[in-house]
Amino acid sequence: MSTKSTPDSSPPQGSLSREESAGFNSQVINYIQRAAATGLYEIRGLGAKRHLPHFDDLLFLGASLSRYALEGYREKCSSKTILGTRFAKKPIELEIPITVAGMSFGALSANVKEALGRAATEMGTSTTTGDGGMTAEERQSSKTLVYQCLPSRYGFNPDDVRRADAIEIVIGQGAKPGGGGMLLGQKVSPRVAKMRTLPAGVDQRSACRHPDWTGPDDLAIKIKELREITDWEKPIYVKVGATRVFHDVKLAVHSGADVVVVDGMQGGTAATQVAFIEHVGIPTLAAVRQAVDALEDLNMKDQVQLIVSGGIRSGADVAKALAMGADAVAIGQGILIALGCNAESYVQKGAHLSALADYHKIGTAPGFCHHCQTGKCPVGVTTQDAILEQRLEPLVGAQRVRNYLKTLNMELTMIARACGKQDVHHLEREDLVAVTIEAAAMAGIPLAGTSWVPGRNGF
Amino acid sequence: MVSAVKATQGAVVFDLAVQPLRELNQFLHGDLTSIKTVAVENPDGAHSIAVGLNAPVQVDIKGHAGYYAAGMNQEATVVVHGNAGPGCAENMMSGRVEVKGFASGGAGASAHGGLLVIHGDAGLRCGISLKGGTIVVGGDVGSFSAFMAQAGTMVVCGDAGDGLGDSLYEAVIYVRGEVKSLGADARLEPMSAADLATVKQLLADAGLAHAASEFKRIASAKTLYHWNADSNQTY
Repeated sequence: MSTKSTPDSSPPQGSLSREESAGFNSQVINYIQRAAATGLYEIRGLGAKRHLPHFDDLLFLGASLSRYALEGYREKCSSKTILGTRFAKKPIELEIPITVAGMSFGALSANVKEALGRAATEMGTSTTTGDGGMTAEERQSSKTLVYQCLPSRYGFNPDDVRRADAIEIVIGQGAKPGGGGMLLGQKVSPRVAKMRTLPAGVDQRSACRHPDWTGPDDLAIKIKELREITDWEKPIYVKVGATRVFHDVKLAVHSGADVVVVDGMQGGTAATQVAFIEHVGIPTLAAVRQAVDALEDLNMKDQVQLIVSGGIRSGADVAKALAMGADAVAIGQGILIALGCNAESYVQKGAHLSALADYHKIGTAPGFCHHCQTGKCPVGVTTQDAILEQRLEPLVGAQRVRNYLKTLNMELTMIARACGKQDVHHLEREDLVAVTIEAAAMAGIPLAGTSWVPGRNGF
Repeated sequence: MVSAVKATQGAVVFDLAVQPLRELNQFLHGDLTSIKTVAVENPDGAHSIAVGLNAPVQVDIKGHAGYYAAGMNQEATVVVHGNAGPGCAENMMSGRVEVKGFASGGAGASAHGGLLVIHGDAGLRCGISLKGGTIVVGGDVGSFSAFMAQAGTMVVCGDAGDGLGDSLYEAVIYVRGEVKSLGADARLEPMSAADLATVKQLLADAGLAHAASEFKRIASAKTLYHWNADSNQTY
């Protein structure tokens, strides 16, 4: 190799002539150029990518002399979870406090819905429908299926209400509190279109408000209607995207919810405007704290159960959510990644085949892909394409999701035992400390090594 | 429970002044094979009367109903002999719901099938999110009616308020009177012979005597079906 420098007219890296602006950096320039070229906001899938205070900023205080640990491999630690004890005649009983979040048929393929149902059933947990109605595949494969009642009411019908194990009234989602569903034309296949009563191929923008009720007083009446239709058997969940969580959770409880689901801004989406994903809502960490505060303020903790979602990835995340006061969590993106989202390959009849060329075709690469909105998922997870959807074999997907859920629950019970708990629901705030001031303030947890909770006690 | 019910020759009477609503709805969700009609006395604006029915029974609500009367109806015929509150026949799948008086907001919201007849006026957002049901209104409809209506038919014998048919998909609206304003992407279209036949039939089904020729057709211009963007330019 020649050591002689090649003549180059551009100034060297690091020189003042190539100083990048903090405000107008290359990403911002790219954003402006794109906006100017298209006249349309950017739409993508998955959740917020910005850095946010999160469960990573909390740590557990394992048992020592002042607390008595349980044998990690030998002593029992229960993870049984019961949801919907307030009014429903038939509450939901789960083996683990980790549920599969609502994701629509349309956003996901029928194969994926079947895989989720199989995995959840094997693990004794629930799956949830989404903004596209209930498919026969997911009902058949899911022992416990939560049926969402969304503003769009796509495919919503009384037969499925009666077939469901619980009803979740969706007010909003963490990725876009205040926004309705979105599914671009390329994913509105004939089957999806038929289920949603839409012309095939339209760019579908769902309503953001329910058609038959407006405020919390109406919601109370709506919930009673659903209870009457289901003869008061099924738990009714109310799901809110995290914004004014303290007030929203109180109103959901006043409206008669059995279970409140709070979805933080790291929650995923199949397709949403980037400005929405990154700039609307509050982090899950702050949302859990406010939700628990609301339930405690009403003296309804343990009477109304709390499910937390939005960027939960690991057993440690689950344990921290539970310690902060959640009764269960719901996972969407973590499940998709378990299925193969952002993997380099997909499995067909036992062989791993490369998906790299197809990532390249949609302008991305494994590890960075958020192109759910295109419907061209290289690994067959978020697609309606007849060929691509075959890339996710239900049995392979089910095994991966089962393994993932199993790992999370093992991590959860391991941490609980280390904290001296025989039941994961015995984890408590006192078991946690924060490692950043931001997390300490948001979570209401003292900064590690101190008794300081910013904002409490006047400073 | 049934002991509290007076049943003679398939006719049953519930009196909501003395019997709880829960008892009525539980009865209506049971085996109704020998039941032809159910009368609901003293409804007094109770919410969720006769919701979630799934049998070809006739229910007569002898007075005013509150929210969600006949919600999610399948197969049954429910007649409100009075006014109905918000969300009457919401998400109806089949059957027939008839309101002799006025209906409040969101009547027939997201109805997938069946026929809703409102003899008086209907409030705001009548037929919002309609998904295949049919609504015939003898009087006027309020603003934002047929908002995002996806499929089905609405016949309005009186006037319509602001924003009629905003973001319509494939649903079609027929209006006899004045339309205060059309919503985004809704447009007037000429009445075809098929339209005239449809309106004539629906008026007959509803028992309303108007000439089909007096109605105009409103449907989607379909300009919102796909995003418009000059997306071919690049830097």
